[in-house]
Amino acid sequence: MKKLFRSGEPFIWLTGGALGGSLIMILGLILLIAVNGLGFFWPSDVALLTLADGSKAMGQIWNREAIPTPGEAERSVEHRLQIHVGNRELYGQDFRWIDEARIERREWPEQTVLLERREWGSFYGFIREVRTEGRAVAQGSSDEAWNAMLPLLDRARALWNEVRALEKGPMGEIYRRQERNRLAVRRVRLRHGSEEEIQRLLKESEAWGDKYRRVSEEIGRLRSEMNRSAVILETAQGETKEIPLSMIVRAIRPNALGVLGKCRVYAQRLWEFASGDPRESNTEGGIFPAIFGTVMMVFIMTLAVVPLGVLAALYLREYAKQGLLVRIVRIAVNNLAGVPSIVFGVFGLGFFIYLIGGSIDRLFFPEALPTPTYGTGGILWASLTLALLTVPVVIVATEEGLAAVPAELRQGSLALGATKFETLRRIVLPSATPGILTGMILAMARAAGEVAPLMITGVVKLAPTLPVDGTFPYLHLERKFMHLGFHIYDVGFQSPNVEAARPMVYATTLLLLVIVVGLNLAAIGLRNRLRRKYHSTAF
Amino acid sequence: MVKIKMPKVQEALAVTPALPPERAAPSPAEGVPPSDFVIRIRNLNLWYDGTPALHDVTLDLPRCKVTAFIGPSGCGKSTLLRCLNRLNDLIDGVRMSGSIHVSGQDIYDPFVDVTELRKRVGMVFQKSNPFPKSIFENVAYGPRIHGVRNRSDLDAIVQKSLERAGLWNEAKDRLNRNALELSGGQQQRLCIARALAVDPEILLMDEPCSALDPVSTAHIEELFFDLKTRYTIVLVTHNMQQAARASDRTAFLLQGRLVEVGSTRDMFTNPRKSETQDYITGRFG
Ligand SMILES: Nc1ncnc2c1ncn2[C@@H]1O[C@H](COP(=O)(O)OP(=O)(O)O)[C@@H](O)[C@H]1O
Ligand SMILES: [Mg+2]
Repeated sequence: MKKLFRSGEPFIWLTGGALGGSLIMILGLILLIAVNGLGFFWPSDVALLTLADGSKAMGQIWNREAIPTPGEAERSVEHRLQIHVGNRELYGQDFRWIDEARIERREWPEQTVLLERREWGSFYGFIREVRTEGRAVAQGSSDEAWNAMLPLLDRARALWNEVRALEKGPMGEIYRRQERNRLAVRRVRLRHGSEEEIQRLLKESEAWGDKYRRVSEEIGRLRSEMNRSAVILETAQGETKEIPLSMIVRAIRPNALGVLGKCRVYAQRLWEFASGDPRESNTEGGIFPAIFGTVMMVFIMTLAVVPLGVLAALYLREYAKQGLLVRIVRIAVNNLAGVPSIVFGVFGLGFFIYLIGGSIDRLFFPEALPTPTYGTGGILWASLTLALLTVPVVIVATEEGLAAVPAELRQGSLALGATKFETLRRIVLPSATPGILTGMILAMARAAGEVAPLMITGVVKLAPTLPVDGTFPYLHLERKFMHLGFHIYDVGFQSPNVEAARPMVYATTLLLLVIVVGLNLAAIGLRNRLRRKYHSTAF
Repeated sequence: MVKIKMPKVQEALAVTPALPPERAAPSPAEGVPPSDFVIRIRNLNLWYDGTPALHDVTLDLPRCKVTAFIGPSGCGKSTLLRCLNRLNDLIDGVRMSGSIHVSGQDIYDPFVDVTELRKRVGMVFQKSNPFPKSIFENVAYGPRIHGVRNRSDLDAIVQKSLERAGLWNEAKDRLNRNALELSGGQQQRLCIARALAVDPEILLMDEPCSALDPVSTAHIEELFFDLKTRYTIVLVTHNMQQAARASDRTAFLLQGRLVEVGSTRDMFTNPRKSETQDYITGRFG
């Protein structure tokens, strides 16, 4: 026994087991998230259930679980189903639990229609009538009615998109112009500028007002056209409901779809999720603004942290006299990486937002006060806060990179008559690039997953605009933004409809993972290319 | 031939002004007129953090000859060599006294431009250290640093340097390949070419062949015969045969002191000091 222990065999098993355990945990985590997140988009069949009391329920079966009987845990053989019944305005909630024992009959009628709506969630029912301008085009739940609805639906969707484009484009532009003009007038007044200037600005505002009236008329026209067609649905229980076609995002008949058709719907929904705007307080629709915000924040953070960290490391390693002081600074920097991130958030709030942002507002945007411009959370301040949080990582990695550059290379350069600066710039820094990039990768990975400090430095639940758009100056660093990590928190814990939002949480988490891994892979690829270039194997 | 611009002062000083009388070499080497000594070391002492490494070294090195420094490991050969291009400046805690004149200029004068000095006094290291760049960029590195921008000038310098280092025929078709793809001996010749590219007067070589195979070593030793027509070479070696084959004069150091210096033939056939005799015949070191 003792001999066996001394041979180290059990130790090998222990180490292997530890590694295996970790791998299984990570794989399990990813699998759980992937299954829950990706399953959400699949248009599964809609069941029509007839219950023992004669009532009916219709919806997608999302879950099946054993009914817990107190005290008799192992003997509970009864199961119940979680049905996504939708029709929120009628039933008040999206889900129903139904005991399997109460179900008399299950049917899968082909005519069942599933509508995804812009408001009120999904609707399950059968078509009773399709109408435009008050008269019926088709009736009954037949294919004919379905086919009559589709072109009308396309038309309504096109109109809706047009309205949306007008609202986001010209309308938004007009709002911003008028706001800018209003502020310009105030600025001129604050500085006791000329009355002519003010008159000119007011005239300009009026011109924009005219434009506003024209655009809003156009929008009104489109809206009324859009609302001309509607569909009347009958639920499983027999209630009828009229739904304007313009309110419908997608209409499908899941039971009538083949596998290929379902795959198409699946791809569409996945694409909508990745590229669309959120609906229904983030529990439906897409998360594109959050993806955009996350990636952009990481990029700004990287742009800020890499130069800062590299310069600091250069001074620390190459120029500072190595001694007690430098050792203390180094230890302090390393420990900075362990400070809870919310502390950095508080610092960002106090320093960047109130102090720096407040000063910028007083100096450059006095006309907008008391409404803050930079003196409130925004993507710039959030990025800089995270840059501060991750700068120790970059410093440490860069220092290691610099230390790994062979002394012979430096001497070779110096012996040719190069100055220390030239040697640093042309020999040392290029050779240390892989190390610097390692620091960058670690910093990006950390920043992409950080949420706490963002919550007080500029992340919001729903941002009306992206930080980049078509209006001058195109890049709006003062704007608030959305973030995947915060989105997960918000949807999962703050939404009014937690049950319905749960799949969104998984899907968003999966996407966050994909983005973090993607950013890392990109950076690692870059590093490997450089490493090949410099033949360095130190990292 | 492309000539890198040299400052006027240096040309003026190249005539070697007379040294102060008390500094005159105690034992001028026979057969060499005094004005032909490019490097004059006087009473050089050096301490690393207070530990003496060189003790009262006084030595003259003649122009366009190969001078070998021999001695057991740790006797201060590399230290003495690094004094000649002030590479010791990089080491913390070095203190020194005495003087070194290169072409008549006191190189430890506070007004000396160290980069200019290092351009005149090139160095090749024990371990070949090509930069992780292309062959071309390695050789062009020095000229670029010293302000040569014109591509055709650079091309000419690179070719000439590689030719002088005996690497041109092997490298001419792969100038843009990474220098680290070359063999060890080729890398060392590349380092020589790189040193030659800034057009130095003096080449310091610190055991340039110690990491090389015999064929590469022979190759580099052959180079010395060509190179010494233009450059003054200082060769540190602990290989006695190499010193005997390749050098014109030999200086023997022991524990930081200069024991004996003279023409290589005399030194190896008829050493004056018994320590030299012992070392050469292999009794220690
Ligand atoms: N950077 C240094 N710091 C402290 N001592 C050194 C350093 N370099 C060399 N020495 C010491 O100086 C002495 C001479 O070294 P060196 O000139 O390298 O000898 P050699 O090249 O003849 O083998 C040795 O005792 C060595 O330990
Ligand atoms: Mg040595």
